[in-house]
Amino acid sequence: VSPQRGADASTDVTEDVESFRLRAREWIRANLRTVPPEATVGTLRNDRTDEEELAGVARNREVQRMLFDAGLAGICFPREYGGQGLTPAHQRAFNEEVVGYEYPSRFQAPTLSPCAAVILDFGTEEQKQRHIPAILKGEELWMQFLSEPSGGSDVAGALTSAVQEGDDWVLNGSKVWTTGAWWSDWGLCLARTNWDVPKHRGLTVFMLPIRQEGVDVHRIEMLNGSKEFCQEFLTDVRVPDSDRIGDIDGGWAVGTRWMFHERMLYNSPLVTVPTGSSHGGLDAATLVKVARDTGRLETPEASELIGEARTLELVKERLNERLGRGMMAGKLSDQAAAIGRLFHGVSASRISTIAFELAGSIGAAWSDEDGAAKHAGEDFLMRQASSIGGGTTEIARNVISERVLGMPRERAMDRDIPFRDVPRGAPTRS
Amino acid sequence: MLLTPTADQEVLRATTARFLDDRMSVDVVRSLRDDPTGYPADYWTQGAELGWAALLVSEDNGGGTVSGFAVQDLSLIAHEFGTHAAPGPLVPVNVVARALDASGSAGHLEVLGELLSGSATAAWCYGEAAPHDRLGDIEVSIRGDGSDLVIDGVKRPVEGGADAAYLLVTGRSGAGLSQVLIRSDAPGVTVRRLSSADLTRRFAEITFDQVRVPADAVVETRIDPADQVARQLHLALALHAAESVGAMQRAFDMTQAWAADRYSFGRALASYQAIKHRFADMASWLEGGHAISDAAITAIDADAPETDELVHAAAAFIGDYGTELLQECVQLHGGIGVTFEHDLHLFLRRVTVNRASYGTPAQHRRKVGELNTQRRDTA
Repeated sequence: VSPQRGADASTDVTEDVESFRLRAREWIRANLRTVPPEATVGTLRNDRTDEEELAGVARNREVQRMLFDAGLAGICFPREYGGQGLTPAHQRAFNEEVVGYEYPSRFQAPTLSPCAAVILDFGTEEQKQRHIPAILKGEELWMQFLSEPSGGSDVAGALTSAVQEGDDWVLNGSKVWTTGAWWSDWGLCLARTNWDVPKHRGLTVFMLPIRQEGVDVHRIEMLNGSKEFCQEFLTDVRVPDSDRIGDIDGGWAVGTRWMFHERMLYNSPLVTVPTGSSHGGLDAATLVKVARDTGRLETPEASELIGEARTLELVKERLNERLGRGMMAGKLSDQAAAIGRLFHGVSASRISTIAFELAGSIGAAWSDEDGAAKHAGEDFLMRQASSIGGGTTEIARNVISERVLGMPRERAMDRDIPFRDVPRGAPTRS
Repeated sequence: MLLTPTADQEVLRATTARFLDDRMSVDVVRSLRDDPTGYPADYWTQGAELGWAALLVSEDNGGGTVSGFAVQDLSLIAHEFGTHAAPGPLVPVNVVARALDASGSAGHLEVLGELLSGSATAAWCYGEAAPHDRLGDIEVSIRGDGSDLVIDGVKRPVEGGADAAYLLVTGRSGAGLSQVLIRSDAPGVTVRRLSSADLTRRFAEITFDQVRVPADAVVETRIDPADQVARQLHLALALHAAESVGAMQRAFDMTQAWAADRYSFGRALASYQAIKHRFADMASWLEGGHAISDAAITAIDADAPETDELVHAAAAFIGDYGTELLQECVQLHGGIGVTFEHDLHLFLRRVTVNRASYGTPAQHRRKVGELNTQRRDTA
């Protein structure tokens, strides 16, 4: 029986990958519930009540704590902050062993990365001690207060303002596209602290509790009825200067790294992604069920479509693996993570279209008896979410061409002028 | 191509790259357009000295891998064949060499020696004439007649078939498959040269009319003949994948340089966002191609259970996106891209021919689909 290892375990010898794997396997089988593969499939499906969602959050917190107590939380986080101080190979082993079992999915993105990753990169010692162990123990769920209603891709064009008053900052503005802010604890917030310099030079990053006076969380209803996405309205929210991350007006250095972690997500050694996971999109196994439930499993057309989807899925997996290894070995630029992001978006779109094709007329009108095919219509309506969320594929294409391939940069009309003079469109949501 | 080759693998790759730089510049490749064999005889024997035919053969039989991962090693040579659009029967010779190495009979080892030295080449007679040209469709018969075997039927396209001294013929024998190694000048064998989309790679149609061979022509290995044929197919497809990725890489690099140098309306082509985004898409296909090709190759070396799926997925993806990438490169070059004078077509030809050899992308997709529906419909 493996000894229980807490955060303060002081083993000097690094555990080798195979004994770690066996320890993880034994613990997972003894402590975690198995989950059917369908539980993780589908893009933002509207298939849970609020009560079910909150129960899921509570169970995630509990499992995160169990992992922490078992010495399995934060596999690649430093030991001094409650992590295991192990290697990406250990995390990969865990990803393989956890397939088919529950895991604290809501703690992965954006809590462990980008948020905890950014705190590790830029936080003071005190900030790291305060938040990283709390995150690894399941006590803090984080949200990215990054996108704004005025524009999703132009992140550095943030309009949320932070004004210094004594030892505090006072924040006003609005953030959007936070998944599950209504049950989360902390926000990592990019705000404008200087309007008289060009846009990238007047930003600062703050940490703030979400459940407080002045933070108003509204849930946005997506076209399929899902209400997981939120918008926050910040009104005179006071943040102590000790909760600032990085330098005053130095927020873009933080933001650049932040978005790197976001694009890295499925390659990041800081998060758990069960091997073969479709990252919330559809997978070939689901398409087989759609074909089965529509009675066309044996047809050559279905085989060809399923084969196409499976091919894209395999290429995506192997591509992510290659990019991760290449970046780790210094063979590929860190910006190459955008290649994985682009491929994920484009292939997920195609796979969703294939599911819709296989579903036939059930895609137009369905009943509860239509099995896996009954989701195809609404999944198809939500298809583009995989090319939008986490940074659009258009931005990924800019990053690939400019930062990976070194092609000329787009001309920026807002580069060298004070941000207050940059032309802005009319507000859309506010 | 492997992201992190071992030092020995890198020496192997670089040696072949230098040799091809020296012997097979694009001008030389062009000049071989009407050469019947597609390459000078000493080119192949010198290549054999660099290990082109030896990597998959056991040390006992005169070969050897440099890293312990023989197909990985060979994939680096295939990659360089792609980046140079180099001629030579790399795939058929290695498929046959590996089969003869596994057979190990005295007669077969003698032939293997000739392949290793490059003094002779061999061709694999696998695919058949339409409408029997679908993946896995075998109509050629190899039937027993007394102590002899008799081969009947037509194989095409056979790479290197017109210039090979030996033919490995895959045929149907009763309920199963069987393979025999014969001399290409055996009575009853007729060879007809075919035209090809490739400039230097030569293909033939080979007709077997009551070709009678002794029983020891059978190439028997320790595994079931159908599995042996599947392994040969995996090897051929994976090497084509590695080669096509080499050609994709070369075309991509050429086109990126072109876009930087070419000015329209007072600015470099590379500065237009519409064009940059197409390069980003191509970069994702290219890196995806590298990744899935290496995955297939590594699976073969490991004899991994997912080999069948990975190899056909690699063939499907690289078949589709390899030709798509090359055609995009042509489009971005404009008119010059469809001229003989420009080098781009050398690489377009290579991915085009590979895409249509040993099955088509649609057939490979269907195969991947069948593997998944068979595996999962009971789940």
